[in-house]
Amino acid sequence: MTQRHRLPQGGAIERDRVLRFTFDGRAFEGFEGDTLASALLANGAGIVGRSFRLHRPRGLLASGLEEPNCIVTVGEGAAAQTNLKATEVQLSDGLVARSVNAWPSARFDVGSVVSALRPLLVTGFYYKTFMWPRWALYEPLIRRLAGLGRASMLQDPDRYDVLNASCDVLIVGGGPAGLSAALTAAASAASVVLVDADRSFGGTLLAAGEAARIEGVPARTWLARTLATLQQSANVRLLARTLATGYYDHNLVTLVEQLGSTADIALGRNAPRQRLWRLRCSKVILATGAIERPLVFQNNDRPGIMLASAVAMYVNRYAVLTGTDVVIATDNDSAYEVAETVAAKGAPRVTLVDTRLGGRAELSDRMMRAGVRLLPGHRVVAAHGRRRVRAVTVAPCDATGEIDAARAAKLRADLVGVSGGWSPAVHLFSQSGGRLTYDTKLPAFVPSTARQAVTVVGAARGDFDFANDNKRTMWHVRSGKAAQQWVDFQNDVTVDDIWTAATEGYASPEHLKRYTTLSMAVDQGKTANVNALGILADCTGRSLSDIAVTTFRPPYSPIPFGVLAGRRRNDLFVPLRRLAAHERHEALGARFANYGGWLRPECYARGGESFERAVQREALAARTAAVLFDASPLGKIEVKGRDAAKFLSRIYISNIATLQPGAVRYGLMLSEGGTIIDDGVVACLAKDHYQVGTTSAGAQRIAAWLEEWRQCEWPGLDVVTVPVTTQFGTVTLAGPLARTLLSQLVTDPDLSPVAFPHLAVRMGSVAGVAARILRVSYTGELSYEINVPARQVASLWERLLSLGETVGVTPMGIEALMLLRAEKGYIHVGADTDATTIPDDIGFGQIARNRREDFIGRRSLSSAEATRADRWQLVGLDSLASERVIPVGAQCLPRSGAQPPVRPCGRVTSSYFSPTLQRPIALALLERGRQRIGEQIEVYDLGERYAARVAPPTFYDPEGTRLNA
Amino acid sequence: MLLISCPYCGARDEVEFFCAGESHVVRPPSPESASDAEWAQYLFFHGNPRGVVCERWRHVLGCNQWFNVARNTVTHEILAVYAMGERRPEV
Repeated sequence: MTQRHRLPQGGAIERDRVLRFTFDGRAFEGFEGDTLASALLANGAGIVGRSFRLHRPRGLLASGLEEPNCIVTVGEGAAAQTNLKATEVQLSDGLVARSVNAWPSARFDVGSVVSALRPLLVTGFYYKTFMWPRWALYEPLIRRLAGLGRASMLQDPDRYDVLNASCDVLIVGGGPAGLSAALTAAASAASVVLVDADRSFGGTLLAAGEAARIEGVPARTWLARTLATLQQSANVRLLARTLATGYYDHNLVTLVEQLGSTADIALGRNAPRQRLWRLRCSKVILATGAIERPLVFQNNDRPGIMLASAVAMYVNRYAVLTGTDVVIATDNDSAYEVAETVAAKGAPRVTLVDTRLGGRAELSDRMMRAGVRLLPGHRVVAAHGRRRVRAVTVAPCDATGEIDAARAAKLRADLVGVSGGWSPAVHLFSQSGGRLTYDTKLPAFVPSTARQAVTVVGAARGDFDFANDNKRTMWHVRSGKAAQQWVDFQNDVTVDDIWTAATEGYASPEHLKRYTTLSMAVDQGKTANVNALGILADCTGRSLSDIAVTTFRPPYSPIPFGVLAGRRRNDLFVPLRRLAAHERHEALGARFANYGGWLRPECYARGGESFERAVQREALAARTAAVLFDASPLGKIEVKGRDAAKFLSRIYISNIATLQPGAVRYGLMLSEGGTIIDDGVVACLAKDHYQVGTTSAGAQRIAAWLEEWRQCEWPGLDVVTVPVTTQFGTVTLAGPLARTLLSQLVTDPDLSPVAFPHLAVRMGSVAGVAARILRVSYTGELSYEINVPARQVASLWERLLSLGETVGVTPMGIEALMLLRAEKGYIHVGADTDATTIPDDIGFGQIARNRREDFIGRRSLSSAEATRADRWQLVGLDSLASERVIPVGAQCLPRSGAQPPVRPCGRVTSSYFSPTLQRPIALALLERGRQRIGEQIEVYDLGERYAARVAPPTFYDPEGTRLNA
Repeated sequence: MLLISCPYCGARDEVEFFCAGESHVVRPPSPESASDAEWAQYLFFHGNPRGVVCERWRHVLGCNQWFNVARNTVTHEILAVYAMGERRPEV
């Protein structure tokens, strides 16, 4: 495979390292040092992309991140990365790349027939066309055709890192300005970080020809010397292949560093592919350079039309020259060097078309010596050729920019370099909160007031090293068809689209952007923004000084989601907490699930039984013999101090001061709005020492709640709180045989019912391990919650389980527990309550009303809302069809037979088939529920209707005989 | 991404903290005698100034202590950090 556009000499490429790659299925060769873009150009690939809306054939426009046309997918399968610009892809051996938005290839794309539909695809077309009979008919097809690259639906196999760091000085951009700033900073004692997105430092110096000089020294030499100095400075960190993506508050800048190459990963080396730096900087220097603007004329998007600086970059850095009849069109001096370079590298015919008339004697002489034909006072009016530019029409233009069409001439051209001026890259500066101002002389938007500790240097500040004195800038050529003058190449936005938007009233830049989708593609409008604003200003009769640019947002260039996540993926995304006795549960065949961030046994299925059978069996075992349950995640907070009771009495609806040492009480905690936020038991260990219990899911939230009130509202109280949830493990032994079993392991405390009644706490030891034992019950059976130090809970579980071998202790999972407590009508906060539920709704109204002192939420309970007569109240529901379990979430209908849509008067909050009672039971919140006990109602869920009778919420042992055994 | 100086631990990244909104919200000293309007004012009506706001922050991934921060809501500049319970400073 010959690389027919590769020059025989020169370039910063390694010609002895040949790399093979494919593009759209065709095989090519390039060299180490190439980007995918430079290698494609070298091989003569002309059409390398298809535009988004109209599938127009496109070639490369640029050499950097501003490239809008050649968007590719690199790699295959799970590792495929899409929507990359060919200019940012470092060429590697075996690289596989495909163009996006084209099938079967960019060269021969079936989708190009869409071009014929242009009239139907005007700007904002989805509000105007494809309307009859209705948009929804066309939408699926249009959505399928939309978009550029296709992301792999497989999990990203690459690894990513995140690093937090700080430095004194961050310099963004390793071109001449950034390198100079780095030399100065390096000489001080400051810690310096210099970053550049390219694999090499140098910026525009990499495109410079042999004649370029800095401080009297050849540019290449200056660059090599500067880099050597910086590399030897111990306080300087050089990060190439590192893109500064975002500028945040307090001088935090994010960088994305490319690490392992695709080659590394293909070889199985498990290196991270990218690293996110979160760099906190005392000072930031932005040397981000400027981006060249294309000229806007008819068919200015044809393959072979490039930014002039890109032509120079490809020629000097990559030794690639893709034409013999070269036209350089410009409105400023910077393109003269390009014409000179191209001629020196052997292009037979080079013409330089400058919109400005005369007066540049020195530059004219240089062009003459270089053999470049100079056409001052002329503009390119149109390009010709479809799959590749063949010719351009140029015409004289006067000082006001008016074209003299009569004297237009056609020039043969197979490579066109355009320069419509330069726009300082102000993205990061704007993100930092800095303001921009419009400089009419450049013309461009430049940084003005900074809001953080940041300075801008070099071209990014508008310091150009060439003259750019336009008397009047024409943002587009006023001849030819505006509908064929391209502004945003990637999203196919033309001058005509901008006029249409302005005419229809979308005349502010923010509206223009969203209505036309200009700058909303993956190149983020880098080559389009300023041209578009200029055209908008012209057609709405405003000056650019009066127009605000659209908001710049990170990232500067697209980055993968993976690099933002770093290592926090899959199991590490929200790490699940494991019980201390996890292995024991595993050995018993537990089926685990995520409950409130803990990995807990939902059931212990035996011998292939189903989940439902296991739950029924375990629940029945609790009612007939004994069960063992790992309750370790239950929240536990110790509250201590002289004012502990006073403090807790303000937190709970109950008066804690009346709780005696050794006693335990169930309590509700409310928000200041009076709604239930948590429930649990509080145990009094001593007059100044309590253990507060919370729900497992609420453990951290309630610990924070207590501290918030203590520190912010009542700092004068003599009390401290300490969360001890994970310090203790808790094993619950429950069932009619619980005491018999436990007494085999316990002599102290005395387990007899008189000495250790229900709702009491005793200290003692179980199997020789010091324990805090609470006699509390969520199952409704005789029950002991045994708290031991966490490191001993696994062996305690083992001991208790082995105990029961003779009598039959059954390990019980959460699902059976939830079933049992529902039979007793015990609420599960968050299931049977929601964010509006108050104590009276669940039958605790009297306790709240009996309190005379203030507690959190008390005032809200006397509001009109809280005292409404028709509030939804907790009731039980007996399903009248004996086998049908009503689904949770089913809605209670206001009358039987009502047809939706209709306002429900309640909903089912918990529902199970009760093995104890051998029938379905449910809990529900029902309007005026307590007054309707005995009534028959109809419940509705997804088209099914269920007949039910309203009952008290306690189905089993309402007197509590089993509890108090 | 704010850099916040915890009064007890020093300068730390914003991710270590939790913000609970406006400082100096006064809970009515005797809620039972507060009118519905006064109670609603306390519960729901908080400031949202364009400019300096005083907020309650907690160092959740550190010392767990609450403190106050005076911050400019437009520029995010932090003007003062002061202990919970102290009066609002002049900024």
